[in-house]
Amino acid sequence: MSAAPMTLSAAAPVLDATSAVGGFGLLSAMTFLPLAAALLIMAARMMARGESKAIDGLARVIALIATLATLALNLYALTLFQPSLPSLQLVEDLPWVAGIRYSMGVDSLSMALLLLTNFLMPICILASHAIDKQVSAYMILFLVLHTLMQGVFCAQDIVLFYAFFEGGLIPMFILIGVWGGKNRVYAAFKFFLYTLLGSILMLVAIVAMALTAKTTSIAGLTAYAQSIGFDPQWQIWLWLAFFASFAVKMPMWPVHTWLPDAHVEAPTAGSVILAGVLLKLGGYGFLRFSLPMFPEASAYFTPLVFVLSVIAIIYASLVAFRQTDIKKLIAYSSVAHMGFVTMGIFAGGPEGVQGAIFQMLSHGVISGALFLCVGVIYDRMHTREIAFYGGLVHRMPVYAAIFVLFTMGNVGLPLTSGFVGEILTMTGVFKVNAWVAAGAASGVILSAVYALTLTRKVIFGTLDNPKLHDITDLNGREWAMFVPLALAMLILGVAPMLALNFTAPVAELIVAQFGLIAAGAP
Amino acid sequence: MTTAELTALLIRDLGLIRPELALAGFALAATLVGAIAGPRSSGLVGNIGVLTLLAAGVLALIDRPDAPVQGFFDSIVVDGFAAYAKAAIAFSAAFTLMLGQEFFARAKDDRYEFAILTVLAVLGMFIMVSANDLITLYLGIELQSLSAYVLAAWRRDESRSSEAGLKYFVLGALSSGLLLYGASLVYGFSGSVGFDAIAKAAENGAGNVGLVFGLVFMICGLAFKLAAAPFHMWTPDVYEGAPTPVTALFAAAPKLAAIALLARLLFDPFAALTPQWQQVVAAIAALSLAVGSLIALAQTSLKRLMAYSSIANMGFALVAVSAGGQAGAAAALIYMTIYLPTTIGIFALILAMRRDGEMLETIDDLAGVASRRPWIAAAMTVLLFSIAGIPPVAGFWGKWFAFSAAWNAGLVWLVALAAIATVIAAAYYLNIIRVMWMAPPKAVYQTAGPAVIITAGIGALLCFPVLWVAIGWVEYWATLAARQSF
Repeated sequence: MSAAPMTLSAAAPVLDATSAVGGFGLLSAMTFLPLAAALLIMAARMMARGESKAIDGLARVIALIATLATLALNLYALTLFQPSLPSLQLVEDLPWVAGIRYSMGVDSLSMALLLLTNFLMPICILASHAIDKQVSAYMILFLVLHTLMQGVFCAQDIVLFYAFFEGGLIPMFILIGVWGGKNRVYAAFKFFLYTLLGSILMLVAIVAMALTAKTTSIAGLTAYAQSIGFDPQWQIWLWLAFFASFAVKMPMWPVHTWLPDAHVEAPTAGSVILAGVLLKLGGYGFLRFSLPMFPEASAYFTPLVFVLSVIAIIYASLVAFRQTDIKKLIAYSSVAHMGFVTMGIFAGGPEGVQGAIFQMLSHGVISGALFLCVGVIYDRMHTREIAFYGGLVHRMPVYAAIFVLFTMGNVGLPLTSGFVGEILTMTGVFKVNAWVAAGAASGVILSAVYALTLTRKVIFGTLDNPKLHDITDLNGREWAMFVPLALAMLILGVAPMLALNFTAPVAELIVAQFGLIAAGAP
Repeated sequence: MTTAELTALLIRDLGLIRPELALAGFALAATLVGAIAGPRSSGLVGNIGVLTLLAAGVLALIDRPDAPVQGFFDSIVVDGFAAYAKAAIAFSAAFTLMLGQEFFARAKDDRYEFAILTVLAVLGMFIMVSANDLITLYLGIELQSLSAYVLAAWRRDESRSSEAGLKYFVLGALSSGLLLYGASLVYGFSGSVGFDAIAKAAENGAGNVGLVFGLVFMICGLAFKLAAAPFHMWTPDVYEGAPTPVTALFAAAPKLAAIALLARLLFDPFAALTPQWQQVVAAIAALSLAVGSLIALAQTSLKRLMAYSSIANMGFALVAVSAGGQAGAAAALIYMTIYLPTTIGIFALILAMRRDGEMLETIDDLAGVASRRPWIAAAMTVLLFSIAGIPPVAGFWGKWFAFSAAWNAGLVWLVALAAIATVIAAAYYLNIIRVMWMAPPKAVYQTAGPAVIITAGIGALLCFPVLWVAIGWVEYWATLAARQSF
């Protein structure tokens, strides 16, 4: 394997100053900063000999500073980044083991998802205020998770990607299992084993691809797939192995059943990260691997994905409507919204892919905010039962406004970001298959049904439950969590071209890589 | 040959086995010291034993020749593969000896023979990995096994320990019989006990039924030593009955020795019969993976669980061996290099968690360790994720190279099966982690001794981050060793 400069495909060898190959650099610094902070907390704990209130407070402060510093580094990286190029930038490339390289780099797809991750993380730390046992261990795990999630989007070697991708399971497993709700152990096991089964099949596929293409670099594999191509017979199996992993992450119907359990039992910040970042790994994987590397198989399986997506959208919306637990309702709504993403990706046109990327960003913000909304009242009342609440607007007017705002985003009201993602993916699909688009559109109506019903039951109506009389409105910390999210949702909704122009070159490249070979697909 | 020539040859050959001479010299000298000074010398003998093991490992690395060298009329061979395996065996045995010294000193049961028997077992393993004919092979196996039988029954007043020793001995004798029977067939059909001559015979009459028959018997005998299914029956009982540091020894170094011996036997003299033995080894690997992963799910005893875990791990190592050739040998070495610190570290942590002077027996005894002893819980978590093969912990690399080698050899079904076994195995490793982190704490744990802390700490740090980052280095040496030898 050569140390050839990384470009996304052989057809686009665009190089510029920021694409120069180098050793450790900005991306590594950004990725491993939270890990360094985790080590710092460990050291502090070791020095203090065990748990104490001071260490807990210190851990919170260190975690917040580290995540904010990571966000700052990410914004600095953004200034160096040229979104008009589809090529990899800020590349770092070092030999590691047996042809596998420590190779990091970002294109605008990675960059967008990185920004989302780093934007949500400080908010998650703020939302972890209610955690009161083993705070330092919690923060350490969260920071480790932060590093791993950034690594997934930066990794440009498939083995490195896999390591970050699957490594995320470890902190998430412990976070759910230790700090989760009543049924947390069951949920943690289900989450881990489901995801592991999917990703271990992907590992076997990665072994096969690496041995066939004689490279493990993502750019190299893509170039191989585009020039020589994996054997179509094998592509089917490779595609299925990757699909097993990404469909579970996404999650697609019928392998979504881990998600409601994991979401309901996870602590609030865990839910936000699950919905905001971890679910995006599936979509990222489809865009980064399935479409460019197995175009024939992707075209072959497109009808399957369409059917599963439409089922997910309609079925999950109907199930959401019947939930009695607020968090579970939002979890099912996530499944439905992810259906739009898979549908858009496999529609394969520029609208579909662009819409899917946009929907991922938008869903990360909106569902994250909704889980935070649940967290706010859960912290006060320690229940998530819809029936317990009602008439919150009388005691918590600001909270009510925030809740309604994000619910509207979830429903996909125009001028919120939810609208843009849905309309774009549906347009993309409509060009390919009108029936699928019609099915998805009915899902939009259903989402309005369950979301508005939830709002009516929880926020409006009369304040019947005497326990709710003393509930207090948002405090300063909670304001700090919601304001950035609300701004992000509205800005993306009013000026979607900010994001769409940013990701356009990469989306076009993926469409070309998928379309060149899969032309004439159903 | 004149006497002078013979003397010169002898001196040259003795130079080849410097690590073995060091071990044997220690065993003899320590026996003498112990006999004179009595039980109070056990601490000193043990410490020197640890140093001797470390020195033997270093010597093996220093003496590593660039091309295979044979000695003692071609009955032994010294090459990169043997040197690598010897170093790993010696270092891991040094740590288990250290654990044992501390354990028995605390139990007021320290006897100087413990160090001597451990060193003799290691000497047997050294001979195994350097064997170049059937007689040397058997000699090494028996020296290692006989020492191990005694070690298993070390607490002779305890019925479980005696039972473990007896069971191990009876079944071990049976497997030695199988091995000898196979060896006699091989000798009968090839006309020689030397590996080189056997290789020629196998090439000339490839597919000769008698030779294949003998080979299968030998593989069965070695599979018994490896504790690979379906020859694994003794493992859980012996692991449970033997004192924990002895179990740690059994789980680590002898496995590498047996894997290395099997690899040498299959890749060197029987290279021509690859299609024949590949099926057998792949079947044993598949069975070990299935048995190790599935039966472990039902275990409640920590040591029995580790026994099944080692069976499954040998399955993975055999996946690498079944690939054959340099890639298979390198993958097996890498797998074992990561397996050794992981498994020794886990046993050290089991030793670390004593309460009220009692050892922990069941998985439930670990309840809530995370809130009482967070560092121990963290180290154990790292080690368990490593043995489960989840990145970013070193165990992943072992699986990666084993999968790659087997896939390249066309054993796609075996790779798929190993992948599924990984998920099943993850369930029971996760169960331990669950008990540690998510169950309410039960009792106060006593502090652990320095040897336990050092061993566990080194094991955990090797798994993450040292071997994770430095795996390129391991891969380089393992590949070099395999290339220079096969």
